[in-house]
Amino acid sequence: MTTSFPDRARGALRDRQLRRNLEHATTTIREKRARAVEEVPDWEALRTAGAAMKDEALASLADRLEELEARVQERGGVVHWARDAAEANGIVADLVEAAGASEVVKVKSLTTDEIGLNDALAARGIAAVETDLAELIVQLAGDEPSHILVPAIHKNRDQIRELFERTLGLGPLTDDPAALTGAARTYLRERFLRARVGISGANFAVAETGTICVVESEGNGRMCTTLPETLITIVGIEKVVPRLADLGVFLQLLPRSSTAERMNPYTSLWTGVHPGDGPRVFHLVLLDNGRTRALADAVGRQTLRCIRCSACLNVCPVYARTGGHAYGSVYPGPIGAILTPFLVGIDRAPSLPYASSLCGACADVCPVRIDIPRVLVHLRGRTAKPAAEGTSMRLLARAFGDRGRFERAQRLALAGRRIPGAGALPGPLRAWTRSRELPVAPHESFRDWWRRERG
Amino acid sequence: MRIALFLACFNDTFFPSTGRAVVELLERLGHEVEFPLEQTCCGQMHANSGYEYEAASLARRFESVFGDHHVVVSPSASCVGFVREATALGPRVFELTELLVDTLGVEDVGASFPHRVTYHPTCHGLRGLRLGDRPLRLLRAVRGIELVELPRAEECCGFGGTFAVKNAEVSSAMLADKLDSIVSTGASVCAAGDNSCLMHIGGGLRRVGAAARPLHLAEILAARE
Repeated sequence: MTTSFPDRARGALRDRQLRRNLEHATTTIREKRARAVEEVPDWEALRTAGAAMKDEALASLADRLEELEARVQERGGVVHWARDAAEANGIVADLVEAAGASEVVKVKSLTTDEIGLNDALAARGIAAVETDLAELIVQLAGDEPSHILVPAIHKNRDQIRELFERTLGLGPLTDDPAALTGAARTYLRERFLRARVGISGANFAVAETGTICVVESEGNGRMCTTLPETLITIVGIEKVVPRLADLGVFLQLLPRSSTAERMNPYTSLWTGVHPGDGPRVFHLVLLDNGRTRALADAVGRQTLRCIRCSACLNVCPVYARTGGHAYGSVYPGPIGAILTPFLVGIDRAPSLPYASSLCGACADVCPVRIDIPRVLVHLRGRTAKPAAEGTSMRLLARAFGDRGRFERAQRLALAGRRIPGAGALPGPLRAWTRSRELPVAPHESFRDWWRRERG
Repeated sequence: MRIALFLACFNDTFFPSTGRAVVELLERLGHEVEFPLEQTCCGQMHANSGYEYEAASLARRFESVFGDHHVVVSPSASCVGFVREATALGPRVFELTELLVDTLGVEDVGASFPHRVTYHPTCHGLRGLRLGDRPLRLLRAVRGIELVELPRAEECCGFGGTFAVKNAEVSSAMLADKLDSIVSTGASVCAAGDNSCLMHIGGGLRRVGAAARPLHLAEILAARE
């Protein structure tokens, strides 16, 4: 990432339509989620259990992954290991070519967006068709997703009608939701029926049984995982859960946190291949792509508990104003601000840990209790700082380290009627006063009053 | 009760009236207030800005300054939150409304403040310390006060320490919405438990020429108007 978060946020902050779309959508989801969570009496215990199950898997991840591999192989699946995006994309493209296909249908998958699979396949002459309605909208628009769960959250109905009329070749449409989804259905149905390869991500991969789990709302995902002869699933190594029974916890946490539903409409589970039913060939690609960097970090490790529900996006006051694109990653919002620096390396995303006021709303809703503010602060400690800022922060710390120095600095600050150290930061007063007046400094510090009155 | 005041460097320097209010309030309730002059900064700003080494050394200094005091009170929810996490003195450090409601068991502090007031629960008080309705219970008992509910009260005002500078435009967008909420209440005073947030909100209120002024909760609880 060459630009910083504040630079990327600027456009969104000035786009009033975008801010209205975002505010409407996030407020609606936020309120629905709160109601869906309120009706579960043991919600807090479920969160604790979910966090513990993920931590258990992460504590012995290498063993769990080998267990998963063995179970998948026993059930007729083929397992591949990919260190990074290039390796994963190469494996998938080779498999698609070997299957003799030039078009694949895809289940909505953040992991494939993360590795840029569609572009990599296109470079090998393979067309990837997104089948999740919102992903399809984003794909047809040549756009990038801006929300984990609602990739087209930045678009309204009228914008989508215009896009469909322009790209689907089905004639004029109204902005009635039923008409719009009907048009998408006509377009997609033809592609489901002719596809020879389906590609999916996974919400969970069960080590104990080798079972893959995908949850979705539309049923289009299930078309991709059952109709084509070959199914390729790409899964980040952090998606492993120890036992099948653990899904009993996660399948309660995930839908209520993400779509505010008691249960998601479609939950697909499959284990290897079954003669006469579903795909004849199943490939599982296990992806690292920076995840082991988080695993190696004692504070940052909890980031890998994430089940991609997007509850943190919907409550984040920063995300609500900037939208997802400002985060420069397929993982936007608070979770993106901590996950992306691990995936791409902190040096390539140094502004993300600062893209938060540390208000804590994200940590309150996280279904697996990721302490996002704590990880943000931890990551801030690992970014390179501007030299002038470092100098003034060290000078301030030195002044605070001794009463005499502190009191001299305090008198100086009050005499100059400005905030100590602020003058040394690059242009901060200008940034402050663009929308705020500076406070009027008092004539006397508290301690001077205390010494006079009580000393 | 002997109570040590941990005022926070920011209040000591820029908001002495808040410190005086805490002293007057606690003395009026019959307690003895001490102000250890060795106190400077707890290290919160350094910690939140990614200067772990400096933060840790200031946190150790806080421990040595307040180590001999059994009850410590602070009118800064964010500093209390940091001190609880980063020092061994956590259990004996109380945010002002915690001390009043939980430790001293008082809600009516004998204040009188005949103004229309709206209360903004700051993030560190609301989600950090889980102050709940303690501040509102104290405010409701103030004579003459007209307390009006702040719409979308739980949303961050956009201050966030260095966030207000590093992401000034996002911070300003958050502030603009908070100002709209405050102005919509018709209150003449916006109260909160953190002067840092209030400095940001107050700076915005003055910029847009709003009638409401920022005021620390302690100054309302100390008032005898």
